[in-house]
Amino acid sequence: MKSSKLWYGLLVIPFIATLFPGLYNRLEPHIFGMPFFYAYQLIWTVFCGVILAIFIFATREKTDAR
Amino acid sequence: MHASSVVLILLLLGVTVLGFWAAHWREKGTLETMDDWALGGRNFGVIVSWFLIGGDLYTAYTFIAVPALVYGVGAFAFFALPYTIVAYPFAIVTLTRFWTVASKRGYVTAADFVRDRYGDRSLEILVAITGVIAILPYIALQLVGMKVIFGQLGGAFAAGGGVLALTVAFVLLASYTYTSGLRAPALIAFVKDTLIYLTIICAIVAVTHMFGGWAGIFDAAGKALAARPKPATLLLPSQLYFAYGSVALGSALALFIYPHSITSLLSARTRTVVKRNMALLPIYSLLLGFLALLGYAGIAAGIKVANPQLIVPILFQRIFPDWFVGVAYAAIVIGALVPAAIMAIGGANLFASNLFNEFSPTRTSTETRIAKILTLVICAVALLFVIFVNPKYAIGFQFLGGAWILQIFPAFIIGLFTRWFHPKALILGWAVGIVAGTYMAIMTNFTANFPLHLFGGTLIGYGPLYALILNLIVTTIATPIFAAAKVGAGTDFTSAADYA
Repeated sequence: MKSSKLWYGLLVIPFIATLFPGLYNRLEPHIFGMPFFYAYQLIWTVFCGVILAIFIFATREKTDAR
Repeated sequence: MHASSVVLILLLLGVTVLGFWAAHWREKGTLETMDDWALGGRNFGVIVSWFLIGGDLYTAYTFIAVPALVYGVGAFAFFALPYTIVAYPFAIVTLTRFWTVASKRGYVTAADFVRDRYGDRSLEILVAITGVIAILPYIALQLVGMKVIFGQLGGAFAAGGGVLALTVAFVLLASYTYTSGLRAPALIAFVKDTLIYLTIICAIVAVTHMFGGWAGIFDAAGKALAARPKPATLLLPSQLYFAYGSVALGSALALFIYPHSITSLLSARTRTVVKRNMALLPIYSLLLGFLALLGYAGIAAGIKVANPQLIVPILFQRIFPDWFVGVAYAAIVIGALVPAAIMAIGGANLFASNLFNEFSPTRTSTETRIAKILTLVICAVALLFVIFVNPKYAIGFQFLGGAWILQIFPAFIIGLFTRWFHPKALILGWAVGIVAGTYMAIMTNFTANFPLHLFGGTLIGYGPLYALILNLIVTTIATPIFAAAKVGAGTDFTSAADYA
C-alpha cells in the first residue's frame, strides 16, 4: 500500500519538466533541425505517456484487471 | 466545382450516414435511458474511448487557433504543449476517482456529484449553470472554425458568408445527435481522427521536403519574425516565463472539468479504460505540437494573412493537390462536428439532470427526451450566435467561459478528495472567482495574460488561475466561519467505498 503511494511522485515530474520554460528556453542543441525549445516539448509528450504507463503498471490492482 | 469541394461533400455525406447508423451500433437498450443515449451505454473500451476523448478535446478550433497563434506571436503559442501534457497526470488521479464514484452512484454530470456530495441544491445549480454557459461559446467556436474552411472553399460553401453551409451542416449534426446520442460522435470520431492524422503527417512530409528539413523552416521563420514591425524571436522573452507556465497549468486544470470532457469520460466501460486513455492521449498532444509547427511553416513559406486563422487552410492549398485539400478541409470540418455534438450532449445533460428539479431522481425516459430536445436547442443557439455575433466575441466569450468553468474546481475536483469545504463557502468562493475572473478578462480585453501587481512587483500570469486562487482563499476562510455560525453544511450521500 505504502509503496504504491510513492508512485504518485512520478506524476509530478511532467509538471516540473514542462511548466518552467526557463529550463528549456534555448536554441541549442538543435534536435532534428529543431531548436531545443520545440524539440524538448515535443519529446515530453512521449515521455508523459511513458510515465503514465509506468504509473498504471505500478499501481494496478486486482479489481482493475477487467 | 473544384475537386476539393467534391471530396469534402462526399466525406461529409459519409459521416452523416454514419451518424444516423450509429443508433444501431452496439445496440443494447432502446436509447431511451440517459446512460444509453447520453453516455453510449457506459460501455466504450480503450480504443473507442481514445478516439472519442481525443476527438472531443482536440477540436477543430484548436487546429485552426494554435497555428494562428504561432503565426501571430511565435514561441508563446507553444504553451499548448505543456498544457496538453500536464492535463493527463492531473486527470489520471482526479478523473479516475470521479469516474469511479460516478459509475457507482450513476452520475451523468459533475453537478450530479456535487449535489450528492454536498446535499446542496443551490451549489448544484450554480455548477450546472457554469457548465452550460461555458459550453455555449465553445460550440460557437467550432462553427467559427467551420466557417473559416467554408470561406476558403468559396462557391456555394461561401454563399451568404458561409451561413447556408453552416446551417445545413448543423441541422444534420443536430438530427443525428438527437437520434443516436453519444454513439454518433463516437463513431464519427474514427473518421475525424484518421483524416486528421493523415492530413498532418502528409503536411509534415510536404513542408519538410519543401524546406529541406526542420532547420530550413525554423531558419526562414526566425528571419521573418525578426523582420516584422514588432520583431519577435523563436524563443520566449524571460518576462513571459511565468505567464507561459500559468496559462498552461490553468488551461490544463480546466480541460477535464468542461461538460463535454465529463460526458466522453463517463462513457468509458471501466476504470482501467480511463487510466489507459490518459497514457495514450498524449499522442494527440504530439500531433498538436506538429500542427503548431505548421504555423512556422506558413511564416517560412512567406504566407501573409490579415486573419491569422487562415494560415493553415492557405498553407494546405499551397502544399496539397486540390483533391487532398478537400480531405484536409473535411478533417477540420468533421473535427468541428464531433466535439460540437459531444458539447451539445454535455450541456443538455446538465439541463436535464440538474436544472429541472421536478424530474425524479431515477433517470427516466422523460429525462432523456428532455435532454434530446435540449440538444437541438443548444445547437440552434450556438448557430444563431455565430450568424449574428461577430466571431471576435465568440472568442472572447470562450475565454470567459474558461475563466468561469475553473471556478467549479473547488466544489468538484477538491470535493472528490475532501468534504472539508462548507457548501455555502464554496458558493461564496465561486461568486468571488467569477467576479474576479470576469474583471480580469475585461481588463485584459479577453486575453490570457493579466499583470498582477503584488508586493511591489508585477507578475504577468493567467487571469482565470488568479481568480481560482482567490476563490480557494475565500472558500478556505469562509468554511470555518459558516461552521461556527452553525449554518447547515448539508448531507454527504457518498461514502468512502464509493471512491475506491
